[in-house]
Amino acid sequence: MDKRAIVTVIGVDKVGIIAHVGNVLSAVDINILDISQTVMQQYFTMIMLVDYSLCSMDFKDIKEHLKSAGNEIGMKINIQREAIFDAMHKI
Amino acid sequence: MINKGEILSTIQMIENENLDVRTITMGISLLDCVDTDINKSCDKIISKITSYAKNLVKTGEEIEAEFGIPIVNKRISVTPISLIAAASGAQNYTPYAKALDYAAKAVGVNFLGGFSALVEKGMTPNDRILIKSIPEALSETDVVCSSVNIGSTKAGINMDAVKMMGQIVKQTAQLTADKNSIGCAKLVVFANAVQDNPFMAGAFHGVGEGECVINVGVSGPGVVHAAVKRLGDASFDELAETIKKTAFKVTRIGQLVAQEASSRLGVSFGIVDLSLAPTPAVGDSVARILEEMGLSNCGGHGTTAALAILNDAVKKGGVMASSHVGGLSGAFIPVSEDEGMIAAVNSGSLSIDKLEAMTCVCSVGLDMIAVPGSTTAETISAIIADEAAIGMVNSKTTAVRIIPVEGKNVGDSVEFGGLLGTAPIMPCNMGNAEKFINRAGRIPAPIQSLKN
Repeated sequence: MDKRAIVTVIGVDKVGIIAHVGNVLSAVDINILDISQTVMQQYFTMIMLVDYSLCSMDFKDIKEHLKSAGNEIGMKINIQREAIFDAMHKI
Repeated sequence: MINKGEILSTIQMIENENLDVRTITMGISLLDCVDTDINKSCDKIISKITSYAKNLVKTGEEIEAEFGIPIVNKRISVTPISLIAAASGAQNYTPYAKALDYAAKAVGVNFLGGFSALVEKGMTPNDRILIKSIPEALSETDVVCSSVNIGSTKAGINMDAVKMMGQIVKQTAQLTADKNSIGCAKLVVFANAVQDNPFMAGAFHGVGEGECVINVGVSGPGVVHAAVKRLGDASFDELAETIKKTAFKVTRIGQLVAQEASSRLGVSFGIVDLSLAPTPAVGDSVARILEEMGLSNCGGHGTTAALAILNDAVKKGGVMASSHVGGLSGAFIPVSEDEGMIAAVNSGSLSIDKLEAMTCVCSVGLDMIAVPGSTTAETISAIIADEAAIGMVNSKTTAVRIIPVEGKNVGDSVEFGGLLGTAPIMPCNMGNAEKFINRAGRIPAPIQSLKN
């Protein structure tokens, strides 16, 4: 199974978001493949393409872990498998 | 490579436009649960359902978490019980409904469909027993749904069954009077019923189906509404194109979820049902799409044409997005389950007559319509006959799910809760069809040429 996912980080911009999220991901062996940033409706939005094949946690636990890591800095962090975006936008 | 626009548009649809997968429905054949002893038969049913569907809810939740797409319902459909119960010799099939209710609750699904009989041409004694058991079965269970097919394009309409179903709907309303006659919300009368419908209350697992199958029903009225709104004053050509593209994206998610669910459960993938299914939530309404197309009120003149565009474009967009399409596939117009429909009824712009006309161009029929408790069984039979005639002549599925709410009258409103929503009581037409309904026999199947 392809173990690539999209991490989205949404919230009010502040110093150290990338550092915080990068640390959280590396601590659980999730590799960042690509990063993109934008401002959507006044919110800072960071999109990361990640590979979680080395991560030993269940997907559900990764999701919970990122959610609570996001709460620590007042950001909403979500992770979704890349397949849903490919299914929707690629023929 | 990250494509920001694509990722953000998907997230926008899920977070703000109520995009979800409406249901993963596991169809299970119960043909091997037949037994001359009713207790043994019910035990076989419970053991089969709880073994096949034991991971259904868990798997649904895993997929939900991994893809970040809500999967609102996990459900089960089974072989029509009139066939399974026939050998038992029982004179009342309520114990079968209780066994199904028990099994469904044990695996955690929120509805199970298949307390059903197919009687479009004629009724066997066991079909008759099943139909007569419906009021008690629905009043003594919580999650079991029932459906009866009373007509088809090939067989015509079994008017004896239509007459019976008017009485059964009334009795079901009376037996569940303490809960706003909610039993009727779990009872559908079909013409041209399909064997692979994942949506309730009309789902059953047809005899032409395999042992176990996964069918998925998509949704997304909110997404289509948002797309139509963004379009502004575009031409019909652009309108249809936009709906097609949106339906394609929505259906691709259904296809992905269906494939994942079937591979994880080790069950074959059946179909994706391309239906636009509304919910009572604001922003998830089919009626509001029609209004967004340029109508001041759903139900006004122009509504049928608007619905025809919507229904056709959804199918055209969806067909290419899925390897197997089936079920009901079309826009649903259940009154109590659609915030815009409820508002249209309350404002006086949407009547039963207009809804009947709308069912000629969309899926699936007069759905979740509450009428006064004083409505007679013959009037309900006549409403069923009208709707079945539309389905029979136009070679499409039509259905009636009508609730004559005991003790309520026009001007009242009833709350069913959850996805079933809130229903304003609608007036029926004047007149009396008693003599018509009391004729015995069948309406002959219609000619399939000389179409006009």
